[in-house]
Amino acid sequence: MARIFSPKVVTGNALIEGDVVYQTADDGWTRDLASAEVLSDEAEANLRLLMAEGQPNEIVGAYLADVTPGTDGPVPTHFREGFRRTGPSNYFHGKQAEIG
Amino acid sequence: MYTYNEFDAGFVAERNKQFRHQVERRISGALSEDEFKPLRLMNGLYLQLHAYMLRVAIPYGTLDSAKMRQLALLADKWDKGYGHFTTRQNIQYNWPKLSDVPDMLDALAEVDMHAIQTSGNTIRNVTADHFAGASADEVADPRPVAELIRQWSTDHPEFQFMPRKFKIAVTGSVNDRAVIKAHDIGLQIVDRDGEIGYRVVIGGGLGRTPMIGKVINDFVTQGDLLPYLEAVVSVWNFLGRRDNKYKARIKITVHEHGIDDIRARVDERFKAIRPSFSGVDLALFEDIKAAFAPPAFRDDNTAVYETAYKSDPIFRSWADTNLAQHRAPGYTIVQISLKAHGETPGDASSEQMRAMAYLAETYGHNELRISHEQNVILPHVHKSDLPALHAELKKHRLATANIGLISDIIACPGMDYCALATARSIPVAQQIATRFDELKLEHEVGDLKIKISGCINACGHHHVGHIGILGLDRAGVENYQITLGGDHTQDARLGDRTGPGFAYDEIIPAVERIVYAYLDLRSDPEEQFLATYARVGMAPFKAALYEKAEAYAAE
Repeated sequence: MARIFSPKVVTGNALIEGDVVYQTADDGWTRDLASAEVLSDEAEANLRLLMAEGQPNEIVGAYLADVTPGTDGPVPTHFREGFRRTGPSNYFHGKQAEIG
Repeated sequence: MYTYNEFDAGFVAERNKQFRHQVERRISGALSEDEFKPLRLMNGLYLQLHAYMLRVAIPYGTLDSAKMRQLALLADKWDKGYGHFTTRQNIQYNWPKLSDVPDMLDALAEVDMHAIQTSGNTIRNVTADHFAGASADEVADPRPVAELIRQWSTDHPEFQFMPRKFKIAVTGSVNDRAVIKAHDIGLQIVDRDGEIGYRVVIGGGLGRTPMIGKVINDFVTQGDLLPYLEAVVSVWNFLGRRDNKYKARIKITVHEHGIDDIRARVDERFKAIRPSFSGVDLALFEDIKAAFAPPAFRDDNTAVYETAYKSDPIFRSWADTNLAQHRAPGYTIVQISLKAHGETPGDASSEQMRAMAYLAETYGHNELRISHEQNVILPHVHKSDLPALHAELKKHRLATANIGLISDIIACPGMDYCALATARSIPVAQQIATRFDELKLEHEVGDLKIKISGCINACGHHHVGHIGILGLDRAGVENYQITLGGDHTQDARLGDRTGPGFAYDEIIPAVERIVYAYLDLRSDPEEQFLATYARVGMAPFKAALYEKAEAYAAE
């Protein structure tokens, strides 16, 4: 039986700002995980990752991160991705302060 | 303090210019990330979870007011108004933009500072006792030799492609405040029949395979020191494993070959290279020493201090915990805690940095130090100035009276910032400090060092904490292992693991159970945690940690 592929988003850090970005369905990048493209097909995900890796002037260290669908878009399954989505827990800095 | 000569200033300016061009080429696409990464790391620039991070060296932890003010300026102009002081006497900026970093480096160069060799497989910032030049128990000031080593190791042509990073620390006192036994090389200045020399310890380190350093040579003369260090690094550079980064540090080389084999190889290498050191280093050392001449201490009475000590209980509590003995009559060493309860250990706002710069200038002979325990030191303060200084510290939330106590916690940035982290450290430290402040217990508990790392790399020194906490990722959930009985001093010892780890919401109650067990077990209020642990061993603490937890769960 084929291995079940858990949903993913393509993520990385922006070259200049260094902050976390996610690939969108229209081949762009968003700072908001809720607006990211969710990939449910493994071959498609690998292709989208390759596309991201082909943009070294915008993105550093692209990879596929696990998500689960939520009411307001994808939600991280791992706490590390949770911190990447919001920012540090000791100050109200990073995305939590920037995305309303 | 050492100030850059024409060569130093020219060297840093040239490196900054090169890096500016490298950043431009990265942004234009002429350099790929793979090509750029080693270049940015050579200049202290990391890419972390939420942003870039610039690590700036504070050589041997020494700053003056102008440098501290410039660090504040960087925080305001290119970051979010604060900086994080680290266990290796660096300051880290957590939010710079790549395109701003060349300007930040130029601003640092204006005050003789840089970020060179704060990352990568190089000889890193040389650290030293934060009481250097001030402490009553010192054989000699460790900063001149630390500066000599900085100059020798900066861009050393033989050491540009080493198996792994390499860290050197120096203490001028028998009482080790620089954690020399957990460094690749630890130097202790010793006096042998009136001659100053160096006891050389090698192969210490924390991380995934913690080791206490071993003495390779009991006495190396000043004239032999640099060739001896060069021989040590050279032997390791040749032998050190490049096949596995986890086995590359000198601690593994020493462990695998044995200290006697390494000593023989170092002696042989030393013989070969000693003649190439013509004595220029000795002449240079004398010049450097002159730059670290002690300030002109004043002779004054201390009546104001004594009156304040008797009449103001808050001042008295602060003086009892935050002062250390100075070698000059009437003087004291002031330790400014960057561990206000509930705040991030080691963080200072730009406003606090400027306040400390002002206080150093006004009351402290213009000197500041950063300790490996992530606090700031004013090394030379006359006791008559303490009441005024304390009043100023209070205004800036810098008067927390907790040095050496349970809330004076070392914590790495952990999962809140670090790309390598497996769990958070900072909130654990914040909650422990807040909890024991609520319980009003920390002064009763006394000397107790908690050290927290958010991954196995042990930047938070957990192995040598009296209570060490290591945050791990266990099946996608934060989990914290506890060690007890670690010691970072001259009696360095690795802590013993208590057993299974604790979940994020269980770790604070677990620490509380350990502390209550200690209070029950100690023979008298004078017996400190480490002494109690040495006397009673792990069993009663284990019982308190695990059996009581089960008992509570069953209720």
